[in-house]
Amino acid sequence: MRFDRKAKDNLAKYFFLCTALFSILALALITIYLFMEGLPIFKVTSVTDFVFGQYWYPTNEANPEFGISTLIVASLAVTILSSCLAIPLGVMTAIYLSEIATHNMRQIVKPVVELLASLPSVVIGFFGMVVVAPFLQDVMDVPVGLNLFNASLMLAFMSVPTICSVSEDAIYSVPRELKEASLALGATHWETIRKVIVPASLSGISTAVILGMSRAIGETMVVLMVAGGAAMFPNSIFSPVRPMPASIAAEMAEAPFRSNHYRALFATGIVLFLFTLVFNIIAQHISEKHKQTGAATL
Amino acid sequence: MKKLALITAVLVLALALPAMAETEIKIDGSTTVLPIMQKMVEAYMKENPAIKMTVSGGGSGNGIKAILDGTTDLAMSSRKMEEKELDMAKEKGAPAMPMAIAIDALVPIVNPANPVANLTIEQLRGIYTGKITNWKEVGGEDKQIVVISRDTSSGTYEAWSELVLNKEKVFPGALLQASSGAVKEVVSKNKFAIAYDGYGYVDKSVKAVSVNGIAGNPDTASNGTYPVSRNLFVITRGAPQGELAKFVDYIMNPAKGQKIVGENGAMPVKK
Amino acid sequence: MPTASHKLAARKAYQTLAWAAFRCATGINGLALVIICIFLFRNGLSAITWSFLTEAPRESMTAGGIFPCIVGTVLLSVGSMLVAFPLGVAAAIYLNEYARPGRTLRFIRLGINNLAGVPSVVFGLFGLAFFVIFFGFGVSLLSGILTLAILVLPVIIGTSEEALRSVPNTYREASLGLGATKWQTIRLVVLPAAVPGMLTGAILGLSRAAGETAAIMFTASVFYTPDLPTSIFSPVMALPYHVYVLATAGTNIEKTRPLQYGTALVLIALVLGMNMAAIWLRARLQKQR
Repeated sequence: MRFDRKAKDNLAKYFFLCTALFSILALALITIYLFMEGLPIFKVTSVTDFVFGQYWYPTNEANPEFGISTLIVASLAVTILSSCLAIPLGVMTAIYLSEIATHNMRQIVKPVVELLASLPSVVIGFFGMVVVAPFLQDVMDVPVGLNLFNASLMLAFMSVPTICSVSEDAIYSVPRELKEASLALGATHWETIRKVIVPASLSGISTAVILGMSRAIGETMVVLMVAGGAAMFPNSIFSPVRPMPASIAAEMAEAPFRSNHYRALFATGIVLFLFTLVFNIIAQHISEKHKQTGAATL
Repeated sequence: MKKLALITAVLVLALALPAMAETEIKIDGSTTVLPIMQKMVEAYMKENPAIKMTVSGGGSGNGIKAILDGTTDLAMSSRKMEEKELDMAKEKGAPAMPMAIAIDALVPIVNPANPVANLTIEQLRGIYTGKITNWKEVGGEDKQIVVISRDTSSGTYEAWSELVLNKEKVFPGALLQASSGAVKEVVSKNKFAIAYDGYGYVDKSVKAVSVNGIAGNPDTASNGTYPVSRNLFVITRGAPQGELAKFVDYIMNPAKGQKIVGENGAMPVKK
Repeated sequence: MPTASHKLAARKAYQTLAWAAFRCATGINGLALVIICIFLFRNGLSAITWSFLTEAPRESMTAGGIFPCIVGTVLLSVGSMLVAFPLGVAAAIYLNEYARPGRTLRFIRLGINNLAGVPSVVFGLFGLAFFVIFFGFGVSLLSGILTLAILVLPVIIGTSEEALRSVPNTYREASLGLGATKWQTIRLVVLPAAVPGMLTGAILGLSRAAGETAAIMFTASVFYTPDLPTSIFSPVMALPYHVYVLATAGTNIEKTRPLQYGTALVLIALVLGMNMAAIWLRARLQKQR
């Protein structure tokens, strides 16, 4: 009887361990399949030509070209520009929520940020297409409303919630003693935030920023619908661009199975995957290394 | 334990359900043929409620690919099948059977506010290869031309590139859109855009531009005077049989399917 | 000391200015949400009729309704939760109840965090290569459900862990002290106490799956199939993909416009509704504690 219970207990433990390992398995399978389907493209073109080539004509019969440098640059441009908009908004909202807002205000603002996070990307893309694009064309007089700026603006509102909630956790975990010490020395609340709280939570805020960027670079529907889709280097913030996810989503449906085009799109997927992987690993590294366990660790 | 039971139940269901599937016709391919096909499917299903049909618009290449792989029953295509593809189908033991169902004019479109009403093939080629960049060069306002094209993997692009660009590559600054509808949507919203679409897509929201002085429409396309026209196809795997054959007959029937072709802006091949 | 008080006044003024900036930033977020919602409500509400919700699209998407899309989205999101919820809860139990700090735990955490960061279009590619082609499920409900299940798994694990963590340790100690084994303690004491919190996670997962487009566009959804799916191997129509299709593939813009707004409105009503339910549930739980 006793043995039976013990065996059951062990069985349960290993069962749960297996389920926990499932995420690793999924991640491994994703990696394996991406590489398996994507790598054969490098029999047709070299890695340098693929990553640094400027022309993307995957289906030209006589002379197909598989250069995705314009797509990579577009993805980076969209990510950086959207971060410029989202970082101040997200971090400031986080500071407001954790330091300034009254309890009641918090009860209202926090759900609003969460709801913003839950808006389906296709709806945001739709909004960018039918409202923001005509606005940019008519009011700002830019030639194409579907462009880098429009996509970045839409993406910014998708990464604000991520940046806000992770930064808020970081600010929240700043030890009380630090804040109280600063106030006791006569600093105003604002000076305390600027000189004590923000510096103390900087590692957490950086994690938030990187996670927000990772979200922006991988977002698909928004860039598919509002980035414009021209595979060339942008020369202003109002240039139409074609980020990697947009290219994959737009063309995958038309790429014959295991053709070079299909492989090239999977290879683009690999590049995108590696970008987000690096972003995530950096974010985890920062948050592990600078884990705030008390006032003493500062 | 409950969870385990639930998982088993789901698995059992998963295995049992396909046995209940009924006659199903899967259609995939060109977004140009899509609106016509959707109307046909609607009409056909009204007459034959027992048949289940699904229509996806993955593009011509995808439709042909699906026919080669045997994952679809009927492919729609806005371009001819390439020799390579025909050979591949033969190798796989099921020769592909393309069938022209309609003639379509590819029409250059601009925003209704744009004064330009006619362009020559050479001007179109200049615009799409990036040599002409301002509307004033072709008789319009002094504004930058916003060039819209379909994705380079689409059948519509292929027809355009063959008939207008002489197989030259479209310049990288063109905004590539993933579907015929997206193209029109952009042009209707942008005063200085130019694009091309199947005649079936042209409506009040955009303005059709004539080519070499000839307006593209079903009549000029079928009598050969309009230079940018092409056939639209459906493709089957081997000769169609059973329910599929009935549906193909329906498509080719002058009083039924072909009438729907005519109502949707293309020219029927049988009258 | 007049200079000091002057200085203090200036410092206070800076603070007032800073506060205004923070309020402004926060306000912009709220404004964005409100603008999008109002815009969709104003334009979409007129499209929503009983027949819009209960009929299939007709006349090349220019008439009729979106019933097959609603059904498709419900099946996809509920189906993916049936797969992901048990898995996610079990993984959370391991992480919170069994795991000891060490290499295994760090390894698993690394996996979960990175899985959460994978872009949805990459999930779509994976689903296409693995479920649609390798397993031969085709573009079907099943492929979509499994792809979405992996996509929402990190969400479920995260919220379930939080729910388990909030169960006081005294519960566990009391049960173990009475001679129950660990598994008995988890099953009879910890889990019942954590269930409401896990439900919050389930609702969030559901809404995430319902709003997802890129992961299903190669794996589950098709342009048009007016009949409801008869098996899990049927392809389906889905609301988010339908919004995309209507926005970019309409043949007649003027006639599809109201349908576009209507579909987008139904989608956000569904997703925001589920999220509000989750937020409300969580707030109630926090009050009880």
